[in-house]
Amino acid sequence: MLEDKDRIFQNLYNDFGADLTSAKQRGDWKDTKEICGKGREWIINEIKASELRGRGGAGFPTGLKWSFAPKEVGSRPHYLVINADESEPGTCKDRDILRFEPHKLIEGCLIASYAVNAHKCYIYIRGEYFNEGQKLQTAIDEAYKDGLLGKNSAGTDWELDIYIHYGAGAYICGEETALLESIEGKKGQPRLKPPFPALIGLYGCPTIINNVETISVVPTILRRGGKWFSSLGRPKNTGSKIYCISGNVNNPCNVEEEMGIPLKELIEKHAGGVIGGWDNLKAVIPGGSSMPLLPKETCETIKMDFDACIENKTGLGTAGIVVINKDQDIIKCMARIARFYKHESCGQCTPCREGSGWMWRMLERMAKGEATRDEVDMLLDVTKQIEGHTICAFGEGSSWPVQGLIRNFKDEIIERNKFDPIVKKQKDIPYLVDQHLLEKENA
Amino acid sequence: MAVKKISKVQPEKFEFNKKNKENADSIIKNYPSGKQQSAVMALLYLAQKQNDNWIPLSAMKYIAKYLDMPYIKVYEVATFYSMYNLTPVGKYFFQVCTTTPCMLRGAYNLVDVCKRKISEEENRLSDDGRTSWLEVECLGACVNAPMLQLNEDYYEDLDPTKLEQIIDKISNDEVPQPGSYRGRLSSEPENTRKTLTGNKNA
Repeated sequence: MLEDKDRIFQNLYNDFGADLTSAKQRGDWKDTKEICGKGREWIINEIKASELRGRGGAGFPTGLKWSFAPKEVGSRPHYLVINADESEPGTCKDRDILRFEPHKLIEGCLIASYAVNAHKCYIYIRGEYFNEGQKLQTAIDEAYKDGLLGKNSAGTDWELDIYIHYGAGAYICGEETALLESIEGKKGQPRLKPPFPALIGLYGCPTIINNVETISVVPTILRRGGKWFSSLGRPKNTGSKIYCISGNVNNPCNVEEEMGIPLKELIEKHAGGVIGGWDNLKAVIPGGSSMPLLPKETCETIKMDFDACIENKTGLGTAGIVVINKDQDIIKCMARIARFYKHESCGQCTPCREGSGWMWRMLERMAKGEATRDEVDMLLDVTKQIEGHTICAFGEGSSWPVQGLIRNFKDEIIERNKFDPIVKKQKDIPYLVDQHLLEKENA
Repeated sequence: MAVKKISKVQPEKFEFNKKNKENADSIIKNYPSGKQQSAVMALLYLAQKQNDNWIPLSAMKYIAKYLDMPYIKVYEVATFYSMYNLTPVGKYFFQVCTTTPCMLRGAYNLVDVCKRKISEEENRLSDDGRTSWLEVECLGACVNAPMLQLNEDYYEDLDPTKLEQIIDKISNDEVPQPGSYRGRLSSEPENTRKTLTGNKNA
């Protein structure tokens, strides 16, 4: 277990207050000038040495991402964009950083902006986090007043302005290129990559996009050294991470822990155990709703880091852990997740637009036991048609949880849905069969 | 994708009041010159707040002129994002999160209370015309589930009885205290904190 002195977010539970004075007492904004004085190369190399991976879900190495920004500023200015559009079901870590540790984020913005040559930084906050955004704005105003932002920010001779841009309730804007579209005042539909935003991003200019948690840990890493950070966890999965544990546990909570902590320890120790005891555990979604669920057997042993999750056919994602116990109907839970994706699909790619609703309708019927026996395979086929055939990763995000359900609980679905197909004759046109079945209500 | 309906009753004219004009102009300055279109989301939100929590078509036309962009582009944005209400909603607008983490902790019991105490259907005004409710997707407070958003504030750690009390207060035009309804101040584990123990009550 991580020792308290190694926790980066000392004010995660707001014991001290989020204002500048108490933030400074906790060590924020200390030696910012000296850190920037060591130069861009040093900062990027130190982040590379820390092996920090992005905390927004994909786990891309942060130092590497920063090094993609052009070394010299050409005719186009550089931008830093912070992704605070936290909408992944099961995840609420960025919210606590915004409201309780805003100065860690702002200081991180200054260092990152300096490292990637950006004079302007936009923080994209989901519209529902209005109060959190106000708290961040208060902190930004404090920083301007104290000379930590603006011309010659914190004595670094670097000019930085930070602006907040509110979203308006679209999950897809958490996808980095959709987020850029949204800042440009368009509807949030992802762009084709390449070109990658590091070269052609916001307003066609080089743009680096990072998650709130990623940027907020940067100042502490640079103060304590990349080596310190990489000594936590294991190689390629280093540091600490805020885990959000929700669902059927006795004490749902956010907690900062070392990478690679066993899932069972997180649930039993920090979250007060599964409601009804460990044996009442049915499944766990380890990384926000878009990651495939884990059956109880895997939960006994799995360690929570990027690579261990991939070995177990799932992903760490945002580390939003949703615990589901045996009192719940697992098919219904996944049907609700499918409804989420149906609602949030941006509609740009056909497989996702049509497929997300299709999966939802099939799962709803399966939860009620109204589906036929061979529709389970059809559902799996639909997920495969979506996965990998869309512009952005939403396709994977919506189909993986369904695949996880089928992989682990196929018997249970078939047990409940064992009718013969209604239209037996035309079984070779499965898609038409399904459409025909739907016409009564949900279509 | 969510289907959005446009209100049949539409006011003829819309114009920002003085304060919102100032707000709008200062927001536009946040973006590089010539990129004023970036402010469209914020301006739509201002319009929504000024117009009793919904956006009429005339406001979209007004904003299009204000930002020198085609009206259809504003319409496109207003219909894409779910937080823009294009039909009138209650002065007190309840948005109940029912995505899986909240559902696991009984969000649908809250929906039942809304159906009973506000209106049978989503997005239909209550009898006194002041309140309406809507099921929404994840609001990002999963550790404090079940929860809902009332106008701009989060009400967390709810149960049906507490929601009934909240709605009763609203009908007396009192705004209940936002935040956790089990006395939590953050997302720390209730009573069993194992980390940062030295900081507690520091």
